[in-house]
Amino acid sequence: MSSTGNSGRALPGTGRALPWALVTPALGWTLLFFVLPFVAMGFSSLTAHEGGGFTLSNYSQFFTNPSYWQAMVNSLEVTAIVTLLSVLLAYPFALILAEQVPERWQRLALMLAVLPFWTSYVVRSYSWLLVLAQNGVINRALTGSGLITEPLQLANTRLATVTGFVHFFVMLLTLTIFANLKQLSPSYRKAAADLGAGPVRTFLHVILPLTLPGIMVGAFLTFVLCIGDYITPQILGGNNELLMPQLVMMQIGRRGDFPLASALSIILMAVVTIAYLACARWLKIERA
Amino acid sequence: MRQVVRVVSWLYALAVYGFIFVPVVVLVLFSLQATSFPIPPFTGPSLRWYEAVLSDVRLTSALVNSLLVASISSATAVTLGFLSAWGFARFVLPGSGLLRGLITLPLTVSYLIIGMGLLVLFNWAGLPKSLLAAGIGHVVINLPLCFAIIYSQMGDHQINIERAARDLGAPEWKVLLLITVPVMAPAIFAGFFLSMTFSWDEFVISFLLTRFDTTLPVEIWNLLRSGLNPKTNAVGSLVFAVSIVLVVLFELTLLRRRKT
Repeated sequence: MSSTGNSGRALPGTGRALPWALVTPALGWTLLFFVLPFVAMGFSSLTAHEGGGFTLSNYSQFFTNPSYWQAMVNSLEVTAIVTLLSVLLAYPFALILAEQVPERWQRLALMLAVLPFWTSYVVRSYSWLLVLAQNGVINRALTGSGLITEPLQLANTRLATVTGFVHFFVMLLTLTIFANLKQLSPSYRKAAADLGAGPVRTFLHVILPLTLPGIMVGAFLTFVLCIGDYITPQILGGNNELLMPQLVMMQIGRRGDFPLASALSIILMAVVTIAYLACARWLKIERA
Repeated sequence: MRQVVRVVSWLYALAVYGFIFVPVVVLVLFSLQATSFPIPPFTGPSLRWYEAVLSDVRLTSALVNSLLVASISSATAVTLGFLSAWGFARFVLPGSGLLRGLITLPLTVSYLIIGMGLLVLFNWAGLPKSLLAAGIGHVVINLPLCFAIIYSQMGDHQINIERAARDLGAPEWKVLLLITVPVMAPAIFAGFFLSMTFSWDEFVISFLLTRFDTTLPVEIWNLLRSGLNPKTNAVGSLVFAVSIVLVVLFELTLLRRRKT
């Protein structure tokens, strides 16, 4: 029963019913409820909302209607700001957890750092609303202490959306970067010290380059999750400035315009795919 | 110099901890508010909003719906994921790499787009919005996860134990139930647990695919329309507490496993 398969131990599967019986349910589910919906969405995006004939107008609208185009620009801007800020905040934090906190407390310190991860996503955004609202915690504290007389407009702004996002992704990135730092062998550090490098040079020339692939993976994950998220911009950003997911949901909610919503979803996915292809070079380093 | 770095590090870490905890502290504190607005000054402590949540039939039935959808969809995802992982790990199948890629593909697509696709498909097929539809969507997002976790844990060591059983004359179904499932139990458990937490917290697919009977995140979303409300704080704090208990249980079972 030996075979020339991948591990050298796997059994030949061709001509036998059992292996196909095992993999077919999962494949069938994926085809039926993931691939087929995609095909349906593709067809839908090419039909007219009124009448149902073939049309490319759902796609051309995106390029000609400035407000749709603007939503994509907003999405890309917010996502870029969020990704950059989250990495910049999380990296030093993860470094401190990995190097300054005594070994026996690290697990606890890390668990605490990601504790709010376990609140419901919707609730987490709502909690920021409590902090940032017109009569919320920050404004009450500032007016109460006499620093300002009129409350600041914090909620329903891009700043609020970014704050909510950064809060979530700092936790996520702290986890991934911390794991990355712990994987580094201590001998790198010793070697650098033996060769006469101080802590700053060791960090810049050894630690940082070695953790860069991990950072790229984390940043890419942030990009994908951030650009496709509807909850945070809707709760914290409001409708002053629309992001792509809000635009998509608006087509379904208010107007029942499935074809346009489908076309916008496909465009959004295309952008993520392009970002993936652009990052693929760095993402692969990790696997090697 | 060393001392300065240390002090700055601690201050920075404290600031980040502060940033991470501010919303949670505010959420839980004002869930105990005695008056009708969850804004300063704090007037509690009072449990009236927790009573309001527990006597709200919409919220409690949404909670039951969420638990049902999460457990059934996770059980389905983990079963399909396990069977296919076993099939791909044990047998040489033509196009195996491609097919495995297909199963993990949904991981790269955002929930909004998966939900949109299902909405268009079900709308076209004439299927009404329901908890079942949302559950189907949850299996789509969790199946690749379960598959990836279990497949990555199926090593040569497990194959050898299975071969021993087969050589001793056990039929395939006995190998599966008496050898593979117990040996793979940690990965199966991890897949199930992760699926539960993702399904429990999933919003956008449930929002698109359910109508009257819905899940807890969607019902909380509906509460948000009434603006800032201590009742939302209370239900949010309860969800948080349940999640923490689950996470601690998960950690404890993992630790115990590691020790024995």
